[in-house]
Amino acid sequence: MRKPSLRNTLPGSDDTLRAVLPNGVTVLARGNHHSPSVVFHGYLDTGALRDPQEKLGQADFTASMLTRGTRARSFHQFFDLLESSGASLGFSGNIHTTGFNGRALTEDLPLLLTLLRETCETPTFLVEYVEKMRAQLLTGLALRAQDTSDMASLTFDQLLFREHPYARPEDGYPETVARISRDDLAAYHADHYGPRGMVLVIVGDVEPARALDLVGAALGDWQNPHQSSPVVLPEFTPPAEETRKHVSVDGMVQSDIVMGGSGPTRKSADHLPVSLGNNVLGQFGMYGRIGEVVRERSGLAYYAYTRLNSGVGPGSWEVSAGVNPANVEKTIQLVKQEIAKYLNEPVDSEELSDSQANYIGRLPLALESNSGVASALLSLERYQLGLDYYREYAGQIRAVTPEMILEASRRYLDPQKLAIASAGPTG
Amino acid sequence: MGSDMLTCRLENGLQVQLKEIHSAPLISSWVWYRVGSRNERPGITGISHWVEHMQFKGTPNHPQGEMDRVISREGGTWNAFTYLDWTTFFETMPANKVELALNLEADRMVNSLFDPQEVTSERTVIISEREGNENEPLFRLGEALQRAAFTAHPYQHEVIGEMTDLRSMQRDDLFNYYRQHYNPANAVLAIAGDFESEAMLELVRKAFGPLTTGKRATPVVADETPPTAEQRVDVSGPGETTFIQVAYRAPRANHPDFFLLSVLDSLLTGPSGLNMFGGGGISNKTSRLYQRLVENQLAVGVHGGLSATIDPYLYDVTITAAPGRQVADILKAFDEEIDSLRQDTVTTAIIERAIKQARALFVYGAENITNQGFWLGYAEMFASYQWFETYLQRLAEVTPADVLRVAQEYLSSEKRVVGVYHPAAEGGSYA
Repeated sequence: MRKPSLRNTLPGSDDTLRAVLPNGVTVLARGNHHSPSVVFHGYLDTGALRDPQEKLGQADFTASMLTRGTRARSFHQFFDLLESSGASLGFSGNIHTTGFNGRALTEDLPLLLTLLRETCETPTFLVEYVEKMRAQLLTGLALRAQDTSDMASLTFDQLLFREHPYARPEDGYPETVARISRDDLAAYHADHYGPRGMVLVIVGDVEPARALDLVGAALGDWQNPHQSSPVVLPEFTPPAEETRKHVSVDGMVQSDIVMGGSGPTRKSADHLPVSLGNNVLGQFGMYGRIGEVVRERSGLAYYAYTRLNSGVGPGSWEVSAGVNPANVEKTIQLVKQEIAKYLNEPVDSEELSDSQANYIGRLPLALESNSGVASALLSLERYQLGLDYYREYAGQIRAVTPEMILEASRRYLDPQKLAIASAGPTG
Repeated sequence: MGSDMLTCRLENGLQVQLKEIHSAPLISSWVWYRVGSRNERPGITGISHWVEHMQFKGTPNHPQGEMDRVISREGGTWNAFTYLDWTTFFETMPANKVELALNLEADRMVNSLFDPQEVTSERTVIISEREGNENEPLFRLGEALQRAAFTAHPYQHEVIGEMTDLRSMQRDDLFNYYRQHYNPANAVLAIAGDFESEAMLELVRKAFGPLTTGKRATPVVADETPPTAEQRVDVSGPGETTFIQVAYRAPRANHPDFFLLSVLDSLLTGPSGLNMFGGGGISNKTSRLYQRLVENQLAVGVHGGLSATIDPYLYDVTITAAPGRQVADILKAFDEEIDSLRQDTVTTAIIERAIKQARALFVYGAENITNQGFWLGYAEMFASYQWFETYLQRLAEVTPADVLRVAQEYLSSEKRVVGVYHPAAEGGSYA
């Protein structure tokens, strides 16, 4: 058997097919013949940004309904076919896009693509299934209201993004989901679902050219002349002062904290320096500097880490921790001190070297599975990073200096202007 | 056993399982100890999990923090898990760095420090972990159910342990437990990935060979009387959502009926993945309980859980009630579906469908080296790797008559505990 090398595990322009169908669907495909299965990841160019304020959750609700019956198949027929094949197909509503994932044994890829076309083009939105789905969504929202981690995160987004659409939850609120009618869903689908801007990445036991043929056969003649134009994202201005809010979730034993500031877009030149800085601050090893101070030295939390969320619009840079309610204030102060220290002087060269080695070394692990490669290729397309991005990645990581990290980080985090959200029992 | 497998036992008793997989330049290395909450007695519940945590707190050769750094610098990933029957530690590394992982695991098998200050700090971390769990309705319900399902067996305790024990255990309790259970004779080393077996075995001998042997752990398992009457457990807590869990006594993993029950579970609640890492799942919309409960708007979700364990444990079904639905109505429909399965023979086609789903899940799981390393050792904790290798073949031998017999034997109401989580919003009360 041919021995693997690092190079041939990293996708590049020489082994990844990229093509755009005449109707606007972009297809990426890469073969991997170690296992007789395939995955696809992709998205449609519509999401929760279009939700009316009084009907938040509409895009997510629509995405959830796609598999609940199509013109060709009832709900039961659809899932009988899918589950009998050991395959899966699911949709999720995001802010900018409607994502989808599928997986099947190689022999069932044509079937899976047929079902993808049906679900995207001809969902029926039968009232019976709309109401069943509404009950499931409302239960999910009731559980969210009792989840201290979810509520702290939701509140953080509201504090940071305020009037910007990113402050709104994609899954809405109980009262907005209750207002969405069957006709709202059907109209949303008719106006915004279409092949233009759709991206589909296929990875697995299929030759890329064959994958392209199969996608062409399944989706090539899909048209929607009424498909709307992309939404323009409003400007974002970060908070000018510290903002803080506690959400009371009574009966809980633990509180959650989410605090931080804004972050760079994925395409920004600041992204890699801030990402490496974030790794030093709250990820490397068992959660970097934050984990060391909050968990290891103080024993305050089982988890305390940072996360950088970067996409097409303004990002967020968050510290999350789950602590005993009596330790919320102490933890917030410790994190603030650590953020201030981080922004006061460059990370030391050894810390940076550790994180650079971590970023470069973990690539093969991130890209070992079909799903990992599909997800990576989807990001390349989404953010227009180029098919050779992963082949050039090590050089870009090594070029980052401690000064670049400090300078870029200061543009986003300010210890005096943090958004600080907590959720848990009061008093 | 496959030709790509090498198994042997070192002189000190360490069982070694090697499997070459050349799909990516990665190696996943797992050390499995035959110790878990099954080995605990009242007063020290949670000690297996706490000892696992202390394994990350350093040795004289790998001070606390240094181990993280070594693994992370090379782009590796590592973690540990404690369950009923076992505790395991793994590293998945670039193939040319695996020796770091072997040396680290050999070192902490016998040299962990258990510094008193670190014990103190970790006590509050673990209490925080438990408090996080207690925020979850299904943890509260599951713990009550587990407690009711066993009268004597250590399986009656959650792996994380009772809060009173977490507050009272001392450094020496932990250290003595570590000394008793962490040794080559009580461990399995499983390695999967991009290596040549003979060369890997040399690295294993170099790292683990010098360790002195110990003894295989003797669990404190008490005889558990089979249940003879249905029990009911009611738990109240915050929230608006009612949950129901029904737990039946399941056979041990090494019992022939375990495979039959897994087919039964697939029919009732949908196919369950055997994969801990990667692979994803298959939805359960056409399963009998989804159709009966969710399609009829009695519930918004249902799923089943069957764990492979040394001793008989539990097969449970968890139902998330639809808003406004009564527990009695949901249980009535549930019972009718179970009764139907205990009275009528299913078709061969239904069983074949369950087998294709299981085959697909196996194929998906094979993409991931970490998952393959996991199975190489995991199956040894309750049976042998052959159990995993012959899983699909044994499923293929299942007949409709087998399914009927197992449904009649295991899904009887006398052998179950029914638990209900009552949300405060619907009149439940909580302290």
